[in-house]
Amino acid sequence: MRRRIKGERWTGLLFLLPSLVGVLAFVLIPFLDVIRRSFLSAVTEEWVGLKSYRDVLENPAFRLACWNTLRFSAVCLPALLGLSLFVGVVLQEKSRLGDGLKTAFLFPMAIPVASIALVWRVLFDKQGVINGILHSLGLSAIDWMGSSMAFWVLVGSYLWKNLGYDVVLWLAGLSGISTAIYEAARIDGAGEWTIFRRITLPCLMPTLFTVSVLSILNSFKVFREAYLVAGDYPHRSMYLLQHIFNNWFRDLSFDRMAAGAVMTAIVILCLIGLLRKGFDRE
Amino acid sequence: MKPVRVLTMSILTGLAVLMCAPVAFLFAGVIMDSGELRVRLGPVLLENQKGFASWSLLPQSPSLSHLVELLLDSPEFFHMFWNSVAVVAGILLGQLLVGAAAAWGFARYRFPFRGALFTLYLILMLMPFQVTMLSSYLALDRMGLIDTLWAVILPGAFSTFPVFIMYRFFRAIPEAIIESARLDARNAFQIFWYIGIPLGSAGIVSAMVLGFLESWNLIEQPMAFLKDKSLWPLSLYLPSIGLGNAGPAFAGALLALVPALLVFLSGRDYLEQGIVASAVKE
Repeated sequence: MRRRIKGERWTGLLFLLPSLVGVLAFVLIPFLDVIRRSFLSAVTEEWVGLKSYRDVLENPAFRLACWNTLRFSAVCLPALLGLSLFVGVVLQEKSRLGDGLKTAFLFPMAIPVASIALVWRVLFDKQGVINGILHSLGLSAIDWMGSSMAFWVLVGSYLWKNLGYDVVLWLAGLSGISTAIYEAARIDGAGEWTIFRRITLPCLMPTLFTVSVLSILNSFKVFREAYLVAGDYPHRSMYLLQHIFNNWFRDLSFDRMAAGAVMTAIVILCLIGLLRKGFDRE
Repeated sequence: MKPVRVLTMSILTGLAVLMCAPVAFLFAGVIMDSGELRVRLGPVLLENQKGFASWSLLPQSPSLSHLVELLLDSPEFFHMFWNSVAVVAGILLGQLLVGAAAAWGFARYRFPFRGALFTLYLILMLMPFQVTMLSSYLALDRMGLIDTLWAVILPGAFSTFPVFIMYRFFRAIPEAIIESARLDARNAFQIFWYIGIPLGSAGIVSAMVLGFLESWNLIEQPMAFLKDKSLWPLSLYLPSIGLGNAGPAFAGALLALVPALLVFLSGRDYLEQGIVASAVKE
């Protein structure tokens, strides 16, 4: 399709060049420097080998943050994928109401965290509105932000924010399935559930990979909610990787930051490998 | 409609209402007068007041005084608002100039290292701030840009995320159109300018809508790179108003929401297209 014309060999690169210069200057070259620093002492810049990595891995705060991030993904991902798939399948059949609902689900994505943090604080305070409602129902109040419930508030915020995004992705996947297959199955007398299990789900496998990876990456952004609602030192159940990076940054422990960044990058690279494999199946 | 569908649509409608409720909550806070706010939020605000906060979506005596107060009497709010506007404008302009060209290069040309560079861009698009935080800081520090708005603008402008969105749309332009344009155009840039930009405009707008929502909402970046509070964007400044000043705080939250809301409502279709395009396939 793309015929190569003589002399055009470098034209594409020329278009890319301005962007590439920026990427090299602001991301790639400094990241190589970060890799170098991860083997050096922050103060004396002496070679210390894997010491920073050991420090980071043995750091209880880092372990807590990793554990929380892992637990957060383990809870949120199935919940978000399941819920958004359900919504997607229901909204697949086009209707005006469905269109409005899709907009409503997407809406939280547009709401700045700063605008909503205030509402969250009033709702989830120890003496806040939600506890007031619980109290009037005869239930006992919950210390939302000061107990392990903080984790669940964060889970809720994440689902709230990302549901619409995932629904749109699922709908795109669903629209790619040919209606002829559905009709054929209906003629053969297949029930809705059978059709869903035998046709819809298998056809959505490639979408599943994309949706999961993008959802995991969006889960790194949940720090915004955590920070604006609970500040620098939240309850330990919502202490995230970004919190510890910020602490290191304040203390100028660039050696630990560097080691932490390299390790996070490696974990994410593995995830991307998974994504690529998912694409290859298409 | 079948009863099952009526049931599922009702559940989804309930969910949609719940998801949009925080905005109604916020809006009620803006038009509630100071006296009512004090009474309702008392338990949250005051140390030793017993009981729970309450809320009403229909304030007793609605007034716009908080909005007026914020608009007329708080120069720092305007200052931060303009900081936000400057940051967003800078980032979007950069993404437009640099990103669109890069996307065009990737979409329409073959050139040496194209595959490797494309993979690199994909990886960078998926890296969260935790990974790039230190490297960006080192680069910005060396260039003397820390504590200027450029520290937030430049890394955002060179983000590879919009490149992928626009790539998908440029890629969809039929080769035949480009071929015929080749006969008239004097050079490759003219093809990009007169064919690529107009025919890929949906992709450009999609990338801009997503880029706006993201950069209007920046928290981590200004927090790390701007120590001077007078440079803070609205997203970081708003939470510092605090509930003690509930009226202005709610009014500020609403004013921060308005631009995002306008972009969301006018660009909803583009937002959806952009989300679908973010599920990169190669």
